Amino acid sequence: MAAHTAVLSMSKILNPFWGGRLGNTVKVFGTTLTSHRNKTGNRRDDIPPPAKYGGRHTVTLIPGDGIGPELLNHVREVFRFSCVPVDFEVVHVNSAQESEDDINDAITAIRRNGVALKGNIETKHTMAPSVKSRNNLLRTTLDLYANVMHCQSLPGVQTRHKNIDIMIIRENTEGEYSSLEHESVSGVVESLKIITRVNSLRIAEYAFQLAREKGRKRVTAVHKANIMKLGDGLFLQCCREVASGYPDITFDSMIVDNTTMQLVSQPQQFDVMVMPNLYGNVVSNVCAGLVGGPGLVPGANYGRDYAVFETATRNTGKSIAHRNIANPTAMLLAGCMMLDHLKLYDYATLIRNAILTTMNETRLHTADIGGQGTTSDVVQSIMRIIHSTGPLTSAL
Amino acid sequence: MMARSVCSLSGTLKLVFSNRLTRPPPARYGGRHTVTLIPGDGIGPELANHVCELFRFCCVPVDFEVVNVDSSMDSEEDIDNAIMAIRRNGVALKGNIETNHNLPPSYKSRNNLLRTTLDLYANVMHCQSLPGVTTRHRDIDVMIIRENTEGEYSSLEHECSVPGVVECLKIITKTKSLRIADYAFRTARAKGRRLVTAVHKANIMKLGDGLFLECCKEVASGYPEITFDSMIVDNTTMQLVSRPQQFDVMVMPNLYGNIVSNVCAGLVGGPGLVPGANYGEDYAVFETGTRNTGKSMANSNTANPTAMLLASCLLLDHLKLHAYASMIRRAIISTVTETQLHTADLGGQGSTSEVVQSVMNAVQSTGPLTLSI
Repeated sequence: MAAHTAVLSMSKILNPFWGGRLGNTVKVFGTTLTSHRNKTGNRRDDIPPPAKYGGRHTVTLIPGDGIGPELLNHVREVFRFSCVPVDFEVVHVNSAQESEDDINDAITAIRRNGVALKGNIETKHTMAPSVKSRNNLLRTTLDLYANVMHCQSLPGVQTRHKNIDIMIIRENTEGEYSSLEHESVSGVVESLKIITRVNSLRIAEYAFQLAREKGRKRVTAVHKANIMKLGDGLFLQCCREVASGYPDITFDSMIVDNTTMQLVSQPQQFDVMVMPNLYGNVVSNVCAGLVGGPGLVPGANYGRDYAVFETATRNTGKSIAHRNIANPTAMLLAGCMMLDHLKLYDYATLIRNAILTTMNETRLHTADIGGQGTTSDVVQSIMRIIHSTGPLTSAL
Repeated sequence: MMARSVCSLSGTLKLVFSNRLTRPPPARYGGRHTVTLIPGDGIGPELANHVCELFRFCCVPVDFEVVNVDSSMDSEEDIDNAIMAIRRNGVALKGNIETNHNLPPSYKSRNNLLRTTLDLYANVMHCQSLPGVTTRHRDIDVMIIRENTEGEYSSLEHECSVPGVVECLKIITKTKSLRIADYAFRTARAKGRRLVTAVHKANIMKLGDGLFLECCKEVASGYPEITFDSMIVDNTTMQLVSRPQQFDVMVMPNLYGNIVSNVCAGLVGGPGLVPGANYGEDYAVFETGTRNTGKSMANSNTANPTAMLLASCLLLDHLKLHAYASMIRRAIISTVTETQLHTADLGGQGSTSEVVQSVMNAVQSTGPLTLSI
C-alpha cells in the first residue's frame, strides 16, 4: 500500500515530464493506472522517463534493408517539413554480419528512447541457423508482446472486398517463433512451439482492453486446438478466462483454417481478432492483401515499456528497392501511429489526413495499388496538402 | 550432395518397390470394387447417402462397406476397425469425424490417427474456378500438395515441469520431406504443370522449414523442365488474395497446407465445392477438401453435395473406372455451371436433394444406362 501511494505521489511530481509514456499507458490499458501499478509493484521505478528534452522527442530509427532506408528518409522529410518536434537517432543494423553487436546497439537505443520506427531487417536463409532473425531478437528482448494491426478499407483504393474493419492482435514473442529447434537424429528436426499461460493471459488482456477502449463489440480467438490440444488449448482457455471479465464484449473462437476461408469470403464479419504468433502472421497478411496490399497498412509492436512502429507485413521489398516505386503509405501511417503514441496528436492527424487525401481524393497511387505514381510523387503530394491545410511548415 | 540425394531417393524407391510386391491385390471381385465408407459426423452421413444413391443410379460397380466411427467414444476401437477395413479394401470415402475439444487431450483426433496410421502422406487438393460460380477472382487453377503426416500435427505436446508452459513439437524429417517433394514433382510432370512453389517459413524456423526447403530443392534438380521457386507463407497468403493466378502447383508442410488450402477453397467458391484426396503408398482416402464437419447445417438439406460428389469421382478415377468418373463429373459441372441450381453457400436457394436430382437427370440424359429415376 505504501508503495502504491509513493508511486502515486511520484507520478504527480513527474507528471509534466511523463507526458509520453505514462499517459499513453493509461490510454491503452483503459483501466486505472494504479491497478496496473499494483500488479507490477515497484518495477515502475526503474523505467526511464520519456526522451523528451526541450519539447522535442528523440526516437530511434532503424532503416533496415530493401525499401526501408528510402521510405524512412521520406518519413524524415515529411516530419521535417511539417516541423514535427521529433529527432531521429539513426541506428544501422547490418543483416549480413553474424555478430549481434549491431542489433544490441539498436536495442540499447530503443531502451534509451522508448520508441522506435523501423524498417524490416533481412534474414538471409543462406547464413548459419545460429544467426537469429534480427527482427525477432528485437521483439523478444524488448518484450514487445503485442503486435497490433488495424486493417481498414480505404475508399480510394479498389479492392474486391469493401467495408473491412478488422483489428488484429497477435502475440509477438512466443509461439512458433521461439527459435528453439534441434536435430537430435540426423534428418529429423524438432521445432518447439511454446505457449505459456502468462503470455497468453497477457495478450488476451491486451486484446480485451483495447477492444473496450475502442468500443469494439466482439473478440475472436483464432486457434488450432483440435490438433494442438495442449498448446492452443491453453491459449483458448486463457482467452476465455479473460473474456469472463469483460461481459460487454462478445467472445468467440474459430479454427485458423476456417478463419482464413471466412476472411476471403466474408471478411466483414470480423471485428477484433486475437491469436498466437504464426496464425497472426498469416491472418494479418491475408487481411493486408484484402484491403489493398502490403504498402498500405501500418503495424505497431507494443510492450510494457517500449513501442516499435513499422509496416504491418514487415516486407523488406528487396526487388523494388531504390526504384522509387515503393508505396510510402504504410511507413508514413506508422509514423503517424508513433506520433499518436508520443501524444503529438495534432501532427499525427495533420499528416494522416494528408495521406488519406492523397490516397482517396487525388488518387495518386503507386504501382502496387494499380497506379503509376512514384514514391516521391506521393510524398510531394502529401507535403503539398500539409502545406495548404497545416499551420506552419518549412518552405516547400 | 547430388549423389547423396540420388542414393536416398533410390533407397526410398527400393523400399517402395518391395512394398508393391507385398501389397494386397485390389478388392475387386467379379468386376465389382469394394470401398470403405466412413460417414463421419455433421453433414457427412447425408452426403455419403447421396453418393451411394448416385452410384446406384449410375450402375457404378462399387459396393460400399460402411464403417461408423463414433467420435464421442473414448476407445479407439471404432477407428481401428475403420483402418482395418481400409487396409482390406485399399480405398475409402470419408466424411469428417468431429474432434470434440472438451474431451481430454489424450483423445487424439480420429482423422489424424487415420492419416498417420495408414501413412497417407500426400493430401492433394485441386482448386479450380468453376464457370457458373461467381467469385471475386477468376481463372484460378492451383494444385496444393500438402504433407499429411508430420509437421505440426504430430500430436506431441507436453506441459513442462514449469506449470503454465506448454511445448508443442513440430517434426520435420528428411525422408518425409523428400517423399512429398518427389510426389509433388511427379504429379506436376504427370499433369504437365510448369511451376512448383514451396511454401515455408524458413526465415524463422531455420532448421525445420529449412530442411523442408532443402529437400524440395534437391528433388527439383531432378526435374529440369519444371521451374521451382519458394515463398514464405505470409507472403503466399497475401499473394493468394490479390493475385492467385500466379500459382500453379504448391507443396508445403502440414499446417501451411491447411491454411493455404482453406484460402484457396474460399477463393474458388467455398468449402462445398472442392474435393480432396489423401494418397499413401498403398491406400487412398477421398473426402471434401476442407474437411468440414458442418454441424450447424447437418440434416437440414442445405449442404452443398458438390465437394463430396467430386471426391467420389476422384475415387472412381483411382479405381480406373474413368468412364463413370467423367460421366458423373460432367453431370456435376453442368449442374453447377449451366443449370444454376446453387445451394445456400453459393448464394442460391437450392436444396441438397435438388442438386443431386439435377445431377442424376444430367447423367440420365447423357449417360448410357441408368436405373429409372
